[in-house]
Amino acid sequence: VTALLDRKLLFVTGKGGVGKSTVAASLGLLAAEEGKRTLVCEVDAKGNLADFYEAGPTSFAARELQPNLWAMSMNTEESLKEYLRLQLKIPLLAKIGPLARTFDFIANAAPGVKEILTIGKLAWEVKEHHYDLVVVDSVASGHIVGQLTAPQGINELVQVGMVRNQTQWMLDILTDPAKTGVVIVSAPEEMPVAETLELAERLDAETDVDLAAVVVNRVLPELFTEREEALFEVLRDPRRIDALTTAAGGDVTPIFEAAELAVTLRRTRAGHLAVLRGQLDPALPLLYVPYIFTRSHGARATRQVAEFLAEEL
Amino acid sequence: MATTRKPPAAPGDKARTLEQLLATKEIVISCGSGGVGKTTTAAAAAAMAATHLGGKVLVLTVDPAKRLANALGLERFGNTETRVPHEAFVAAGVEPRGELWAAMLDTKQSWDDLVARHAPDAKTREAILANSIYQNISGRFVQSHDYIAMERLYEIHSSGTYDLIVVDTPPTRSAIDFLEAPDRMGDFFSSKLLRWLTAPSKSRVMSLASKPFYTVADRILGSQFLEDIAEFFSLFQAMAPGFVERADAVTRTLADRRTTFLVVSTLEAAPLHEAEYFIAALDERNLHLGALVLNKVLPSYLRRTATAGVAKRLTSDAEALAATVSDAGDPADTARVLATIGESFLNYQVVAKREAEQRAGLARTPDVVAAVPYFDADIHDLGGLLQLGDQIWR
Repeated sequence: VTALLDRKLLFVTGKGGVGKSTVAASLGLLAAEEGKRTLVCEVDAKGNLADFYEAGPTSFAARELQPNLWAMSMNTEESLKEYLRLQLKIPLLAKIGPLARTFDFIANAAPGVKEILTIGKLAWEVKEHHYDLVVVDSVASGHIVGQLTAPQGINELVQVGMVRNQTQWMLDILTDPAKTGVVIVSAPEEMPVAETLELAERLDAETDVDLAAVVVNRVLPELFTEREEALFEVLRDPRRIDALTTAAGGDVTPIFEAAELAVTLRRTRAGHLAVLRGQLDPALPLLYVPYIFTRSHGARATRQVAEFLAEEL
Repeated sequence: MATTRKPPAAPGDKARTLEQLLATKEIVISCGSGGVGKTTTAAAAAAMAATHLGGKVLVLTVDPAKRLANALGLERFGNTETRVPHEAFVAAGVEPRGELWAAMLDTKQSWDDLVARHAPDAKTREAILANSIYQNISGRFVQSHDYIAMERLYEIHSSGTYDLIVVDTPPTRSAIDFLEAPDRMGDFFSSKLLRWLTAPSKSRVMSLASKPFYTVADRILGSQFLEDIAEFFSLFQAMAPGFVERADAVTRTLADRRTTFLVVSTLEAAPLHEAEYFIAALDERNLHLGALVLNKVLPSYLRRTATAGVAKRLTSDAEALAATVSDAGDPADTARVLATIGESFLNYQVVAKREAEQRAGLARTPDVVAAVPYFDADIHDLGGLLQLGDQIWR
């Protein structure tokens, strides 16, 4: 199995709210600092990849944020122009104005056009060896299969013509596990776990793209050993709470309540984590990122997650 | 039998609770970014409305968890509406005033129904259903969820079967996608480009193959694909008037006084950002922002500054403090437990304060804001759903 960062194209996906973009940004940062020429591409048009590096806005033209680390955001219209210019050798876009307009129009309705322009651009960067690694902050798990299967879908719909010739090399890159992999970001909660398992199954059944790893984000620390937890219960006796309150010079009740909340949260999550571990292929790498109790989001959080991922890798 | 619903609040009375809000509305659209409990909130609100307001209440969800279906006492629910069994309420210890119904959105089926409704004749209908482009759009591409969810809502609402419909919105890339979907659909069918593109197909595509556009398009896409596209567009054009009218009606329903939006979020930065963006989008379109529901809010005691001082003492003076409760167990163990819980409190305080700051920073909030405390126990039955509902209802 090719090590995660030794692949060429990583699609990072996951249910909304699990920290997909943080993980994508962190993987990119990690690879760049290991000396790989890395491109991080944001596909969702939210435009917040910039927030994770705090290095200014990104656009379709990749920009170097720090040595080896490049960032861009996907724009299917720009991608179409580039595609026509580079691959179909149609230099004068002005002359095919109606075509571009029609393309835009069809793209909103016809199957897979936007998807293929996205995948095509990313695979192109890989094909041309512009980067050692392309990390894609991809669409959420509900959409990723549609995106990854677009070249295949187009291949089936379009029987002849240049588009068909164009999809084959994309498929070659996408289906090579040494080159391409999907990273699912999950969290030890019910819905993210269910969606991760469902996506793992769909990737296997509906695509030929390799699932490279699952990153479990926001894993809460174990507060107590079993013995300590028993002791914690003993300490919660009202008489002892009073004694501690007097000795500490302030009410300790909320602190015990908070600890109980932490234990409960950890316990429910451990259950979800067990389900995830139990149902995924045991050979699949599972990377754990702990819940980070800091004030920071943005660049600082990205760095912290990158450090945890480095340990896990 | 369903009893009547509460009379609406007097004109000018602002709803201060979700109960008051829902008593005056017929459509509630639950929206927000993924993973914030949007579906569960929608189901809980619908269950509360059925219980306390009465009437026939429907919750229309897009992609419910199996557990939610189970919680509603349904084996599985499909495109057709299914009544949540009365026994489920009885089991939850509740005597509902009305009925709760649930349905799930089946995108493919809904599209097929829509085509069946608007196709001028059986031949056109069959041709559309068999067209490969149509099959791709209706079955495979998630964007088609956006429109069809609103379309289905309109369909159900105009049937007059329900007093209240609570809709869970699909997981779109951006929360406003589905707001714009009816307009986009209308634009699509009324566009000049569509007429331009489909005109040649009526007089055979190939006769125009000499025109530069088709030469290039043919080179790129191949003629079969072009023909499929042309066929798809020209078939759909037959339904265009119906579609445009329909999309307009859907847009009007969204803007109707009887419709309100429920924005759901947690206090984490990203979902809250999305919620704010969505609230602004509603304002811009003059749509009614009814309530903001904040899920998974940490308890307020975590923010107390005085307690932080005590927690620090537990951490730094753990051994001395352990000595005051020496009968609890091994003093070294006790000290470790005290230090751990002090540390854990301080950790959670950071998160709680960050969340409070996020909440205080909200630019605009609706009249109804409900905060749901963090309870991580998953909801397994209607009782659990009603318990959650209690937190946001009054």
